[in-house]
Amino acid sequence: MSGLTAVQVQSDWSDVLASPFMRHALLGGSLVAIAAGLLGYFVITRQNAFAAHALAHIGFPGATGAILIGAPVTLGLDVFCVAGGVLIGLFGRRVTDREMATGTILALATALGVLFASLASANASTTTSVLFGNLLAISDDQLVVFTAFTVAVVGTLAVLARPLVFASVDPEVAEARGVPVRALGLAFVVLLALTITMAVQVVGTLLLFALVVTPAATALRLTARPPAVAALAVALALGSVWGGLVLSAMVNLPPSFFIVSLAVLAWLAVLACTGRRGATPRPLADTHHPH
Amino acid sequence: MTAGAAERLPRERAPALVLEEVSVVRGGQTVWSQGTFTVRAGAVVGVIGPNGAGKTTMFQLALGLLPAASGRLEVLGAPPRRGNRRIGYVPQNYTAALGEAIRCRDLVTLGLTGGRFGLRRTTPAERARVDQALERVGARDYADRRMSELSGGQQQRVAIAQAIVDDAELLLLDEPLANLDLRNQQEIVRLLGELHHERNVTIMVVAHDLNPLLPVLTDAIYLLDAHPHHDAIGEVVQEELLTHLYGTPVGVVRTAQGDLFTRAAWRDPQR
Repeated sequence: MSGLTAVQVQSDWSDVLASPFMRHALLGGSLVAIAAGLLGYFVITRQNAFAAHALAHIGFPGATGAILIGAPVTLGLDVFCVAGGVLIGLFGRRVTDREMATGTILALATALGVLFASLASANASTTTSVLFGNLLAISDDQLVVFTAFTVAVVGTLAVLARPLVFASVDPEVAEARGVPVRALGLAFVVLLALTITMAVQVVGTLLLFALVVTPAATALRLTARPPAVAALAVALALGSVWGGLVLSAMVNLPPSFFIVSLAVLAWLAVLACTGRRGATPRPLADTHHPH
Repeated sequence: MTAGAAERLPRERAPALVLEEVSVVRGGQTVWSQGTFTVRAGAVVGVIGPNGAGKTTMFQLALGLLPAASGRLEVLGAPPRRGNRRIGYVPQNYTAALGEAIRCRDLVTLGLTGGRFGLRRTTPAERARVDQALERVGARDYADRRMSELSGGQQQRVAIAQAIVDDAELLLLDEPLANLDLRNQQEIVRLLGELHHERNVTIMVVAHDLNPLLPVLTDAIYLLDAHPHHDAIGEVVQEELLTHLYGTPVGVVRTAQGDLFTRAAWRDPQR
């Protein structure tokens, strides 16, 4: 029997949506969408997309290591993500230095993850849920952690917003103006690590971009005002998570695929509508300004 | 004219920059040493010298981003400190790092409120100051565009608006004319001249080509043999000095109108 025949619309999908595990998934997914949507603008302006991707992978040995010593997976993820983030943050400000350091740490982390997974004889489904996320298995404990993390991310961002925007889009002038650029960079990476710890459990290591980068990239095509980008990115991320969960309930398949697909579809649609504007901006003609 | 402006404010304004036997070390190597000069308030100073001579480093000293290895340094009458709001700074390749993610208006606003922590809306008074700065540099028409949508000259204007929005008394501009065509170079130079006259602001400009700036420069600092020297612009624009400075023959032309030009003095012997 072909696997495709298993894809059928479930008649009881509205009941599935009302079930407790779905409520957990909706709540957990929404918390992640808020944090990820807010951080997306900074990930893009700070050219941190690769670091965000790497952090998700760095979480992998954390998760398998936690299984190895019998600790909570969330804790393992978090410790590794934050440590990896600080390590990346401490490496030079030059993008090329950072890229190389990030790539190297990424490779080491993945190797460790494989080692831990085989030592812990973690079964394939545990490893799969780390790599691709398992939103439908979010526990009460995880929800508590997610809530705490999201409150921390939103609260910290509220305080840091302005200087962080300054340090992200205009680091040289920001530094000259006395903005603590380096410290803000470290603070940002820690916030990113917290968010990635959550997002990994929702969409997994491999699909994390769809929540952290794609919604903000879509929003940036439509507006360049930082508060508007943040609001729009959060809305897009929330829409992807909610829509993905509904679709997943309808056909009884893992939500990760649908969440990612919706986020990418929104991005493609906006890309098509806004044309090539932004990708290759056409400079305005210089006009003479008599005074 | 500038000397007159300086005389009108005799004791109130401290010199913009005072160096006494200052040396700078970076990565274990001395960039330059024995820096002793005073830039008076209201001067327009070209900072020139070959690549790697430490022109940008001088700005970093003034901004408090780099400590002097030895000697005494004063900026606007006080020791240099990071985050000095009396200094406006336009770094080199300013616009390269920016683009897509910020509108001109928001970038200028950051020059006013970007250091402030906590959630707080920009006040109408602050918005008015941003509008004034944008208006002053002639960037009002594209204030709501993204930086990446502007030409190099327009981006430079916005950068200058950000530097003056907080009423800086000292402007530090690092290669503001690089990558600009002739007309845009002239317009930026004219803007600097106007800002200088209107606000009596002190301006220091790093440049590798003096010519476009000569109409506004009063002084020059040249980095020669790893020492900074300061002199009136007329003393610096001399064939012998510039030839020594750039390590290649440089000629100086003075027209009947008193205009001054430097030119590469090498000629193709085949022609």
